[in-house]
Amino acid sequence: MNAHAKLGNFDPACGVEIRQERGQRAVFCGLTGIVWLHRKIQDAFFLVVGSRTCAHLIQSAAGVMIFAEPRFATAIIDERDLAGIADMNDELDRVVGRLIERRPEIKLLFLVGSCPSEVIKLDLGRAAQRLSRGLSPQVRVLSYSGSGIETTFTQGEDACLASLVPSMPAEAKDAAPSLLVVGALADVVEDQFARIFAELGIAPVRFLPARRAGEMPPVGPNTLTLLAQPFLADTARALEERGATRLAAPFPLGAEGTTGWLRAAADAFSVAPARFAAATAAGSRRAEQALAPYRAMLARRRVFFFPDSQLEIPLARFLSRELGAELVEVGTPYLHRGHLADELALLPRGTTIVEGQDLDAQMDRCRAARPDLTVCGLGLANPLEAEGLATKWSIELLFTPIQGYDQAGDLAELFARPLVRRTRLEV
Amino acid sequence: MQLTIWTYEGPPHIGAMRVATAMRGLHYVLHAPQGDTYADLLFTMIERRDARPPVTYTTFQARDLGADTAAIFKNAVEAAYERFRPEAMIVGASCTAELIQDDPGGLAKALALPIPVIPLDLPSYQKKENWGASETFYRLVRTLAVPVKPTAPRETRRPLCNILGPTALGFRHRDDLVEIRSLLGRLGIDVNVVAPLGATPADLGRLGEADFNVVLYPEIARAAGQHLHKTFGQPMVETVPIGVQATVRFVEEVAALAGIDPAPVLDGAPSRLPWYSRSVDSTYLTGKRVFIFGDATHALAAARVASTELGFKVVGLGTYTREFAREIRAEAALHGIEALVTDDYLDVEAAIQASAAELVLGTQMERHIAKRLGLPCAVISAPIHVQDFPARHSPQMGFEGANVLFDTWVHPLMMGLEEHLLGMFREDNEFHADAAPSHLGPAHQPVPPPFAGEGGPRVSEGRERGAPVPERSPPLPPAPQAPSPAEGGGSSSSAQSTWAPDAEKELRKIPFFVRGKARANTERFARERELPLITVETLYDAKAHFGR
Repeated sequence: MNAHAKLGNFDPACGVEIRQERGQRAVFCGLTGIVWLHRKIQDAFFLVVGSRTCAHLIQSAAGVMIFAEPRFATAIIDERDLAGIADMNDELDRVVGRLIERRPEIKLLFLVGSCPSEVIKLDLGRAAQRLSRGLSPQVRVLSYSGSGIETTFTQGEDACLASLVPSMPAEAKDAAPSLLVVGALADVVEDQFARIFAELGIAPVRFLPARRAGEMPPVGPNTLTLLAQPFLADTARALEERGATRLAAPFPLGAEGTTGWLRAAADAFSVAPARFAAATAAGSRRAEQALAPYRAMLARRRVFFFPDSQLEIPLARFLSRELGAELVEVGTPYLHRGHLADELALLPRGTTIVEGQDLDAQMDRCRAARPDLTVCGLGLANPLEAEGLATKWSIELLFTPIQGYDQAGDLAELFARPLVRRTRLEV
Repeated sequence: MQLTIWTYEGPPHIGAMRVATAMRGLHYVLHAPQGDTYADLLFTMIERRDARPPVTYTTFQARDLGADTAAIFKNAVEAAYERFRPEAMIVGASCTAELIQDDPGGLAKALALPIPVIPLDLPSYQKKENWGASETFYRLVRTLAVPVKPTAPRETRRPLCNILGPTALGFRHRDDLVEIRSLLGRLGIDVNVVAPLGATPADLGRLGEADFNVVLYPEIARAAGQHLHKTFGQPMVETVPIGVQATVRFVEEVAALAGIDPAPVLDGAPSRLPWYSRSVDSTYLTGKRVFIFGDATHALAAARVASTELGFKVVGLGTYTREFAREIRAEAALHGIEALVTDDYLDVEAAIQASAAELVLGTQMERHIAKRLGLPCAVISAPIHVQDFPARHSPQMGFEGANVLFDTWVHPLMMGLEEHLLGMFREDNEFHADAAPSHLGPAHQPVPPPFAGEGGPRVSEGRERGAPVPERSPPLPPAPQAPSPAEGGGSSSSAQSTWAPDAEKELRKIPFFVRGKARANTERFARERELPLITVETLYDAKAHFGR
């Protein structure tokens, strides 16, 4: 799962320093992805097969959302289950049966593997097949792993989407080229992009994941994929196995990233430069306008990223190029050198990228550097604030719409707000 | 396998973290996969701690599985010792590490560190958070507390006690401790060690110096208290001083153990609760139906306070703490009801609905259930969200705690005078059921309030602060076509009997916050008697029949 992809078109001469680090990590596991994925696929249910710890994690991550009849739950493995594997499959069938009875509107059920289920080698793939046979055609059952031993935070989405790929419909071999945008985006962002693609004259454009389980897009040799998120290594590979071709592009964060991302699609569909300019001019101008006030706040501010979501490199690129911030260290849990090649090329020369984490050592570096803004998880944010460092908690970047032209200002605001707050408080 | 959405308790290693985080000079090395560090944010965000918990996680990954994980664990222990130089360490496994069967205790022992290293055996697939906290504290006390002679003979000094039980992430532990310290101080009793909260491993070594122990939270400290009783002969006070009477009993017990007179502390009016409860505005509290759920300590205490200090009727009592099921059952029997011992929130929701409660006292979870059912609610127990770690002083224990309980439980209910006025002026322009909140002005009067209709409970989902505010969100939806779900969602029953126009009109004279109940009761009455038409007579017959 975490195997390094081949280097692809990464250019080692692009002038960034990439270091790898191992040790204690303060990151979420892939189960956390459920919290936003279940909002996106509206008739899917996520059943974690794990321990009380897994249930507790989801509860902590989901906060108050847990009470609005959420479409996720945990089948907690107990002592009895650990006695014998055969018994566990029966137990799982019973739990799923009870669940489907309670929630008849569910069309797609994900069995989500966890550390305990992976360590005891409970075969959720086979369980999913067995359950699918019993529950079809009403419910389709898939499985993927969101375990901490295999996935970090957003990699849970990657694993989930990759599990969807084999069952996506096949696009006809002679179909006209189509564009597939990959990665869960807020509906508002997805709609904005759909409008821009329409103005560019690119069609058909589809999104993975679709909003409904039964509407997953087709894929085939004429599918061109555009990754909307940087953490989709396995999904991209699975799509390539189905014949799709990935378009190399930066990620659609900030005006520059969005233009670069749209241009990759426009070039692939031979959109005339004038048409491209016409379709992107308004958005680009609005983004510039929205960013301007934040540039004054963030220019020359020194920013330190702890690893969290793999969004760090595109965000660092946005902060440095569009807002004038300086990058002290850019941590990322995992670096896909191929998918991020365009991003790496845009980073300032000499940027330090650290892949992986050794928490205490990294905190020491952060304290020594005393950055103006530290982007980190909620476990570190208050402790660093107490040490006098301004922080931006990183999880918000996953739950807030930040992609595209019309969110560029909001994205900048997320980083500016902690700094503005510091200037306001007199206590 | 158990199908779970909400869990009242985390796994046992979270309990161990609560003890480690409460203490100083102790470090916990937890053999756990990448991702288990999520638990840090319970402490840094919910309790708003300003430092990371003193926990090092090995955060092993799939590629490490095999012989490697034992080495990772040993390195983590060594590195943590070098960096933090703790006085003592605890080591253990989380649920996944339990499965891979490295032996944290043995591995740590092999390192021969110059400090006590205490192995924890926390069976994650059987036990839960509170048990983990209790076991961890017990192990620490058992290892570190050594026999010591009191510093001076008993006759020549003030009595000395330990306070056991407060932890990190405990519901109001910080402020309870302030109250109990102050009570003991006023009695003339000195505090030797408070543990785990604020104690060092060296402090645990001095536990034996005290004359007796005060166990504030039996879930967490009973085992340690019993151990100290057995080994050092220290008696323990286990009365939980929540509520006026329990606090009086606590003071008397403590004073008896210390051989001093409790009168100076008990004289006068140490709490405002008794007078507030006797003041006429509280008359309307009489017999209010209350449903209570939480950890055993708080649920037991709340049941007593609710029935004997506020005059409520306890119509439901339960706990998720299975270890204390016997005590809860005994208490429930006193109220003539059956205890609910479960950790399934759906069971709790069903029980609340069946109980026809008018007030719910519970955890964060019951707060959300109550919100859904449109019932007033106050929080009395963990698990809790960030707003229940308040900045202000807000104890549950002692005489000030009793004051806090009165305010906290009564505020979600309509105040007596307010209730009376609304009843009296119900036909008045300003008070009629469909009037918008008056500050919006007359222009808004025809517009139904935002909570009207079936969307009501959902609207409030987004609001995070406190329990429903009665004057803005009445406990029962005012629209007659939407009876409260608390009454069993009786809309289907109205298909069987029709309301005569004058009966319907009469119904609307009943204050809106009890109207839903009156409607449901009347319809049930009519259904049971197979009356096709509900008249004014039926309405009042039903009222007489169901009158409480």
